[in-house]
Amino acid sequence: MYDGGKIIAGIVIFLIFALFPIYSNIGKAYQPPKPKLDTPEIQKMVVKKCVEPKEYMIPEHMKLIVDWRDAALREAKRTYINSRGERYTISLQNTCMKCHSNKKKFCDECHKHAGVKPYCWDCHFVKEEE
Amino acid sequence: MGMDRREFLRLAGLTCIGIGVGGAQLFVRTKIASSEYAPPEERLTAKRWAMIIDLRKFKTEEDYKRVIEACHKIHNVPNIPDPADEIKWIWTEDFEHSFPEQMNPFIPESVEEKPVLVLCNHCGKAPCVRVCPTKATFKRPDGITAQDYHRCIGCRFCMAACPYGARSFNWRDPRPYIKEENLEYPTRCIGVVEKCTFCVERLAVGKKPICVEKSNGAMLFGDLEDPSSEVRMYLAEHFSIRRKPELGTQPSVFYIIGGEEHA
Repeated sequence: MYDGGKIIAGIVIFLIFALFPIYSNIGKAYQPPKPKLDTPEIQKMVVKKCVEPKEYMIPEHMKLIVDWRDAALREAKRTYINSRGERYTISLQNTCMKCHSNKKKFCDECHKHAGVKPYCWDCHFVKEEE
Repeated sequence: MGMDRREFLRLAGLTCIGIGVGGAQLFVRTKIASSEYAPPEERLTAKRWAMIIDLRKFKTEEDYKRVIEACHKIHNVPNIPDPADEIKWIWTEDFEHSFPEQMNPFIPESVEEKPVLVLCNHCGKAPCVRVCPTKATFKRPDGITAQDYHRCIGCRFCMAACPYGARSFNWRDPRPYIKEENLEYPTRCIGVVEKCTFCVERLAVGKKPICVEKSNGAMLFGDLEDPSSEVRMYLAEHFSIRRKPELGTQPSVFYIIGGEEHA
């Protein structure tokens, strides 16, 4: 093999870089994100419930929020009647964030973990957290 | 390794179908059963919203300021001092530039020198809606020209199309220029166009626009297609003009100018 030493050295260097994420994490326990629900509004609730069941909200909340946005803004339908028949005013700032007033420990917790950067907060206000 | 041509094609075909069906699952929206969207019960409705500005009733600078500041405060409109970057939803313009076709050398000074309160005209045939490439600005069935900032790409075609200068572009992040934030209403972000909305968020909860509420009766708001509405009654009794009617945009904002009520 011509230049065998250089080729093998090259492959080794390549593998060191390519496999960095794998060997640097070996042996470490996986830390799942833990969004917190302990806001004053949620603690006040007798039955703790979101607009839809948790099992739906966790994987589908982004789609629900987009549907809310389009219904409210483009069709002037600003009332959401959920699967339990309860009515909610469609508003990210005034409905979602009223209970989930802890953006850093609720929204950001998973979004950072998943590496997603929703641009909601460029315009929608978050009340200052202490 | 005995696979004949027929067997290979059969397996390849089945594989393709499998991938197709699996892939299609990615596009299926899990819609929660029996959820619905409805317009709020307490909302105000009309076939075509319109506004009357009775300039005779605007007497002092304070009258204009009260209305403008109320609007800009609740909608988080930034106060950017550089006029090249400023954002405005409702503001004052001199008579000459508000009604260029009305200029003649002998209009009374009281009219010619009086500031005119101007805002988006929510045109019946809105040129901004025609030119928007993303349908970010669109016509609601109630006649309001609405703006969906989520879709706005900042091309500013609408600003070029609007003959009234009613639209402002966010050349910079507006947040640092908002003195008192209204935490119940969003701001805008850099790179989008914004304008007056006829207070859609207030109409949805059964309230008239804030400018009308703060005008002490100098501004009226109602349904232009309802002959018994407040605005139609007023228009039937008073001579009104609209801005640049020769352009055919059919503005929904009417002005009562000059003349005494007993004249």
